[in-house]
Amino acid sequence: MPTPMRRRELLAGTALCLVGSLVPAEARVVAGALPWQPSAGEPPTQVRPGPWQFFTPEEGAAVEAIVDRLIPPDPQTPGGKDAGCAIFIDRQLAGAYGDSRALYMRPPFMDGAPNQGHQSPLTPAERYRQGLAALDKYCRGAFAGKPFAQLSNEQKDQVLTGLEKGPIQLDGASAKGLFEQILTNTREGFFADPVYGGNRDMAGWKMVGFPGARYDYRDWIERHNERFPLPPVAISGRPDWVTH
Amino acid sequence: MTRMLPPTDVVIIGLGWTGSILAHELTGAGLKVVAIERGPWRDTATDFPPTYAQDELRYHIRHDLFLRPAQQTMTFRTNTNQTALPIRTWGSFMPPNGVGGGGVHWNAETWRFLPSDFRLRSHLTERYGAKFLPGDMTIQDWGVTYDDLEPYYDKFEYLCGTSGKAGNIKGVKQAGGNPFEGARARDYPTPPQKQPYAPTLFAQAARERGYKPFPQPSGNLSEAYTNPLGVRLGPCTYCGFCEWFGCGNYSKASPQTTILPALVRRANFTARTECEVVRIELDKSGKRAAGVTYVNISGETWTQPAELVLLCAFQLFNVHLLLHSGIGRRYDPQSGEGVIGRNYSYQVTSSVDGYFNDKNFNPFVASGAIGMCIDEFNGDNFDHGSVGFVGGGYMGAVQTNGRPILGTRVPKGTPGWGAEWKKAVKDNYLSSYSFATHGSCYSYRNAFLDLDPTYTDRHGRKLLRITFDFHDNELKMSQYLTERLGEIVQQMGPRSVEQKPRKGPYNIGIYQTTHTCGGAIMGSNPKTSALNRYLQSWDVPNLFVMGATAFPQNAGYNPTGTVGALAFWAADAIVNQYLKNPGALVQS
Amino acid sequence: MQRGALLVFLLAIGACSSDAAPGSESRTRDRQDFATIERGRYLATVGDCAACHTDIGGKPYAGGRAVETPFGNLLASNLTPDRETGIGAWSDDDFVSAVQRGISRGGVRLYPAMPYTYYTKMRRSDVLAIRAYLATLEPVHHQVTSNQLPFPLSIRASMAVWNALFFTPGTFKPVAGKPAEWNAGAYLVEGPGHCGACHTAKNFLGADKTSRTLQGGVLQGWYSPNLTGDKRAGLGGWSAEEIVAYLKSGHNDAAAATGPMSEVITDSTSQMTDDDLRAIAAYLKDQPATNAEPARVAANDPAMRAGEAIYVDNCAACHAMSGEGVARLFPALKGGPSTQSADPTSLIRVVLQGARSVATDGAPTGPAMPAFDWKLSDAQVASVLTYIRNSWGNAAAAVSAGDVRSARGSLTSE
Repeated sequence: MPTPMRRRELLAGTALCLVGSLVPAEARVVAGALPWQPSAGEPPTQVRPGPWQFFTPEEGAAVEAIVDRLIPPDPQTPGGKDAGCAIFIDRQLAGAYGDSRALYMRPPFMDGAPNQGHQSPLTPAERYRQGLAALDKYCRGAFAGKPFAQLSNEQKDQVLTGLEKGPIQLDGASAKGLFEQILTNTREGFFADPVYGGNRDMAGWKMVGFPGARYDYRDWIERHNERFPLPPVAISGRPDWVTH
Repeated sequence: MTRMLPPTDVVIIGLGWTGSILAHELTGAGLKVVAIERGPWRDTATDFPPTYAQDELRYHIRHDLFLRPAQQTMTFRTNTNQTALPIRTWGSFMPPNGVGGGGVHWNAETWRFLPSDFRLRSHLTERYGAKFLPGDMTIQDWGVTYDDLEPYYDKFEYLCGTSGKAGNIKGVKQAGGNPFEGARARDYPTPPQKQPYAPTLFAQAARERGYKPFPQPSGNLSEAYTNPLGVRLGPCTYCGFCEWFGCGNYSKASPQTTILPALVRRANFTARTECEVVRIELDKSGKRAAGVTYVNISGETWTQPAELVLLCAFQLFNVHLLLHSGIGRRYDPQSGEGVIGRNYSYQVTSSVDGYFNDKNFNPFVASGAIGMCIDEFNGDNFDHGSVGFVGGGYMGAVQTNGRPILGTRVPKGTPGWGAEWKKAVKDNYLSSYSFATHGSCYSYRNAFLDLDPTYTDRHGRKLLRITFDFHDNELKMSQYLTERLGEIVQQMGPRSVEQKPRKGPYNIGIYQTTHTCGGAIMGSNPKTSALNRYLQSWDVPNLFVMGATAFPQNAGYNPTGTVGALAFWAADAIVNQYLKNPGALVQS
Repeated sequence: MQRGALLVFLLAIGACSSDAAPGSESRTRDRQDFATIERGRYLATVGDCAACHTDIGGKPYAGGRAVETPFGNLLASNLTPDRETGIGAWSDDDFVSAVQRGISRGGVRLYPAMPYTYYTKMRRSDVLAIRAYLATLEPVHHQVTSNQLPFPLSIRASMAVWNALFFTPGTFKPVAGKPAEWNAGAYLVEGPGHCGACHTAKNFLGADKTSRTLQGGVLQGWYSPNLTGDKRAGLGGWSAEEIVAYLKSGHNDAAAATGPMSEVITDSTSQMTDDDLRAIAAYLKDQPATNAEPARVAANDPAMRAGEAIYVDNCAACHAMSGEGVARLFPALKGGPSTQSADPTSLIRVVLQGARSVATDGAPTGPAMPAFDWKLSDAQVASVLTYIRNSWGNAAAAVSAGDVRSARGSLTSE
């Protein structure tokens, strides 16, 4: 939200007076100079730790367990859970991504050919809600009442493989659809800027050697086959920005 | 209720590349110009500042700068036997929205088409005989030649400050440039970009195989540059957040960085943003445009009368608007008659992935158009006599980004998740590379655009329907190009190579390029084209239609250089011919 | 003329008086003295009268625009020839008195927000030329109540005391021994240009600190830089050509004008003749420098190390690792009066809110800096500014987190 302008700050030239009274005030008219306001722009909002905003506690536990198998922890790099992938997904589902408001969601919905793109009426939020409920029902049925989060790692992997490849069908939800959804979002969460709640401490970037939100590599364009030495930086910064 | 506005000399629909070029040329000729843009105003420091532009999730994955399908989309089917379904989320192409249009988030690969591309049917017939072309291929000559357009290619490149190395100056071949390009009057305005590691290795391997590699002509500038309008651009810093993103430091050519600062200062120019044109209004005769009707962000409907209407929106929306305005005869694929929707084409790309040992490519040191390419297999640069297809494309090592959500790759057979996947991603991030081919896409009788019978937009207008698939000709071409590329990559000594030629059917869900073309093509014959050689509508002489809409078929190059040249060419015709004597510039 | 001279003399010694002196009527105005009218138009541009007297979106010189002072707001008056609400009924002497002595028609004292303390230096003929130009404008009926100051500052008569303390009337006297160009520049800077109105620091009563002429000052939340020959904090490192280029377009190879100076460029200096700009440059280049060696911060200071990391990650993509920027696009931070300014107010402001640099027809780009207020903490802004002020040969006092905090507070309360 830009700060209200002081009168003398109209200097750098904003739009001149609207042409007559016929042009509606809502039309964003630009004439005379490039528009500019102080503190303008729409920076991202930092995801804060806290309670789930979309998931129920059970759904959250299931998703944490899933992301930790899709990207398991190892001695060098955290897994999906510690990297914050479940938090990432939770916040995404609670926002514009979750309800598909930017997409064309008018009916009629029909199954198309594989090359006609996604035609499901389900939003990501709905897919998770229905899919996780169906997954929970399946696990409890197949594993003596245990939810996914309480299975052993081998069992979890077995279930995930079954969802991915087809042997496991879910009641009231597409198994493949759920699996692909979670896998896509897990990868996003692992490698997106930490401002969105995942890739905690830039763990994903450190793993591969991606320097993050840097913008100037002029000193590196002709340094061929050399390792880039600087640590990654996120939109919100890195530890070296703080005096110590 | 529609409210009528005071008339203006010119109304421009869409303030992207062509809208900005035409607005600048026509205000320079003293005309009052109103530009109406569907999306918001966009400005570097406000909308893509280097404080938060580096956000792969927001811009590449959540499509923040692009048109929202909820606002406008199309339906798609492979052929007329299929029911077209909506493109509910973008995949294959990314339609733009907002001031600057696609010029904000393009790669800035700035090519010229070949001389033979402009007279394609004549050329191929002369060389290979009329029977050589498939019967359902509807390629045409453009009605303009490369030589007609050369001064306007130059004008666009000097507007942008394009960085490159000429290959042919006034007929004299230049070492280090593209030996196949058409002759040009002078070199590029700025030198080629410095190259990262992989493109230099690629170039070396290409030379070893007898090819002549050259730096891709780039609108990511190699040095600071002031263009003829007095607008200044900075040097590209290889940030790797180029295509899909706005440039944060004024170093990618766009309407914002080349034209708008000078254009908005003109007293005879006004832009109205967040106003969606829903119809071009015709007078009672149906042969003259009276202006446009648009809906603003509050939902109010206004009509802007004008003497001259310039349709400068993105290709798909130009055709959509023509169909909804009742301009020109709609194409019927059964009879082959009609022109609006005819000759829709696309681009045929493919890739070759290489996995290397002991190589650090620093993939994040990148820009949208940086790279080394060869053109031996483009157009008709090689003998097609026995290869079984026509067309071709450039190929090379184009290093656009190392963004990790989408830019990691693992060798074939690696599981899609788990510990093995994780390790493969880590091990291969710095030392694997995707090389690319960028092939032509010719036109066919059954590849076309019309209106969908079922799905509508928020105004209740029927969506545009795309009927398209790759034909055997293009798939054979892609296979061939990919194999040639694979040979060069093999020459680089990788541990393993994976060739990924384009396969059918055309998949609307997978990103390829945003180079959709045609639908209201230019030509010499009003029966088979919608526009004459000056991009003037045959049906409505005070309407001109810009963009790749005019391409009778697509060549093996990114289209924007040619789009820019045609815009300047048309502007010249409007200012120096049409204004002096309004009416049809070409007798039909 | 003799009568006029006597008048000026009488007014000078009677500075405490609030009596209006009878002036000569100018019922006869030569409406075809095109030379004088054009000279007046040009001088009004040099003086940038419209900057205050033309309201945003308002008719030329019809007044009403708010001029913010540290003491409150004043609204600039209507200078069109309207007889009721403008100056149409004024005599020449009324006009000269207002412009050059701060005493308006009817003895009404003006506040020095109307920079009569500078315009006093102008030749009477120049002031009357401006009057002749103003008389050609479209009369606009627009009543302006100028005085919006809070009580007791609203008592205009108190200006008599202020004038006695701080105002020395008198026309500019060329300095013997200086070249004609220098004197021309001195006249422009000290007179109609009124550069010191921003570029000279003020005392607590809003008067110039005459010992610090043109050494910089803070006004309206911006720091106007030091224009003397100081090699670090002034124009000592700029050539005369660079000064001229800056005044002409707001840009030279190292610097870009933003904030209130943008308007000075677009409305005033970019429309002045090259000769006049060169004269100003010659005068400024000859201003004595203190060249006091500032406090500097060592490279291994924790703020410098943090500042370097912030700079590399945030600033280098435009301003370059070397601090040299890109000529006529991104200002150089290495060297120059902005970076090494005695007061960091403008630097802090530009980092927090961003800034659009000036655009002219000759140089329309107007590159803008993005806002960092959401991205960097007070300590981080302080670190990076301390870093740029002390790198690449620069030396200037550190910026503290407290400086940034109070700047942030005053910006958001605007």
